[in-house]
Amino acid sequence: MQFLISMHINPAVLDALTDEEKAAIGEGHGRFIAALKESGELITTQALVDPSQAVVVSVRNGQPVVTDGPFLESKEYLGGFYLIDCEDKERAIELAAQIPDTAVAGLGVEVRQVMFADGQLEA
Amino acid sequence: MTAHDFEDLLRALAPQVLGTLVRRYGQFEGCEDAVQEAVLAATVQWPADGVPAHPRGWLVTVASRRLIDQLRSDRARRERESATATEVVPEDVPDTDDSLVLLFLCCHPTLTAASQTALTLRAVGGLTTAEIARAFLVPEATMAARISRAKQRIKAAGSAFVLPEGAEREERLRVVLHVLYLIFNEGYTASSGSELHRADLAHEAIRLVRTVHAQLPDDGEVTGLLALMLLTHARREARTTPAGDLVPLDEQDRGAWDRALIDEGLELVKASLAGPALGPYQLQAAIAATHAAAATADETNWPQVHALYLILERIAPNPMVTLNRAIALAETEGPRAGLALLATLDDDARMAGHHRLLSVRAHLLEKTGDTAGAHAHYRRAAKSTASLAEQRYLEARARRTQA
Repeated sequence: MQFLISMHINPAVLDALTDEEKAAIGEGHGRFIAALKESGELITTQALVDPSQAVVVSVRNGQPVVTDGPFLESKEYLGGFYLIDCEDKERAIELAAQIPDTAVAGLGVEVRQVMFADGQLEA
Repeated sequence: MTAHDFEDLLRALAPQVLGTLVRRYGQFEGCEDAVQEAVLAATVQWPADGVPAHPRGWLVTVASRRLIDQLRSDRARRERESATATEVVPEDVPDTDDSLVLLFLCCHPTLTAASQTALTLRAVGGLTTAEIARAFLVPEATMAARISRAKQRIKAAGSAFVLPEGAEREERLRVVLHVLYLIFNEGYTASSGSELHRADLAHEAIRLVRTVHAQLPDDGEVTGLLALMLLTHARREARTTPAGDLVPLDEQDRGAWDRALIDEGLELVKASLAGPALGPYQLQAAIAATHAAAATADETNWPQVHALYLILERIAPNPMVTLNRAIALAETEGPRAGLALLATLDDDARMAGHHRLLSVRAHLLEKTGDTAGAHAHYRRAAKSTASLAEQRYLEARARRTQA
């Protein structure tokens, strides 16, 4: 079964972390990625730029309208994701709990099963 | 020879070649890699140069060379002696079928189900890592890691290349059958995504069970599993519309069922039920046979289906079996009896919010005339499934029951 584990980050929470804490989170992700690769459960993982760099595109009267900033005004934003292939939902949750973000107050990850996929998996 | 014939020949030979190498050199891990390389070499050379006079001997020779090259380079790297690396490749190839021993090894109980299925398809099925990755919709690197880890675990477990004996053999055979069943199911109903049929995996599982059946013809559960697969596979064309929409069993065009597979399946069921013991696969095959024997959905012998589910529930209790029995009970004693049985599953954590429980309840509510209740349950079931085809079907049902 394939699951998307999306990481919901809060820039204010991240900014308040010490350098040591930030480094520990980075190392935690590195270890997590290495373990997932070794077990053959990682499909891909990506991290996104700061939400302030996002633009929202909509088409009004046939004309594209582009506005700066994220779609939703919120405290939390999608920061990145892991796409994994594992035995079942219990295993996906077990893996999600190993992501360092989950141990930080104000951050959390969301687990959802994949329903449809197309395109190059190797990309 | 067509590309298909090459493939069939290579897949049949791959486990035999691997068995020969493992018997000769030990170390399953290295041998398995060498055979994979030899098979890849054959897929390039044979279509161009023709199939060699002794294809199996050719593969054994090429794979042995690869293995020895690998051992030599390992030795050079480690600067340490390796006795096997200097062994001369004997020309004679013993004519034994090691596929069963290989299956037991690939379905080693210390492996996860995902690793067991992947390794079985590669080492016994003769599929390449890329083909297996495509079948399971994961990148090749992911599948390669899974296979390599599985082989390391087998090595660590120190498993010998012999058939287990007595009770252990019985226990390990159940694991093998379960793995083959999982491969079939993955091919039959994709657990997620838009493709309902992944026929190649179903076909491959049937081929592998046939191999086991040829070597253990008197095992009732092996016969039962083969029958179950054939009877299920026989319905594949009728299960979906050309547009990919699901067709439930009672609405399927039974003329589109594969008669040859059904006849073979029915014969096997008859043979397996004559044996001394009854196992879960035999019972599921008997249920499939009861459906296959009905010329129309109305002629289904539901009391027999219900009785078989009742026995299955006793020997292998499982909420999914109870759920299926509720469908049969609704046919024999009415939808309210079915709903009452479904109610016993409500406290089962394994079934909470499961789309099958929701959809069966919706179906039975519809039969009682409670269209509002049916509509609500079809909607919830549609949201709970991870299969697009199932979701489309359930949404169509929900529309039909809309007030």
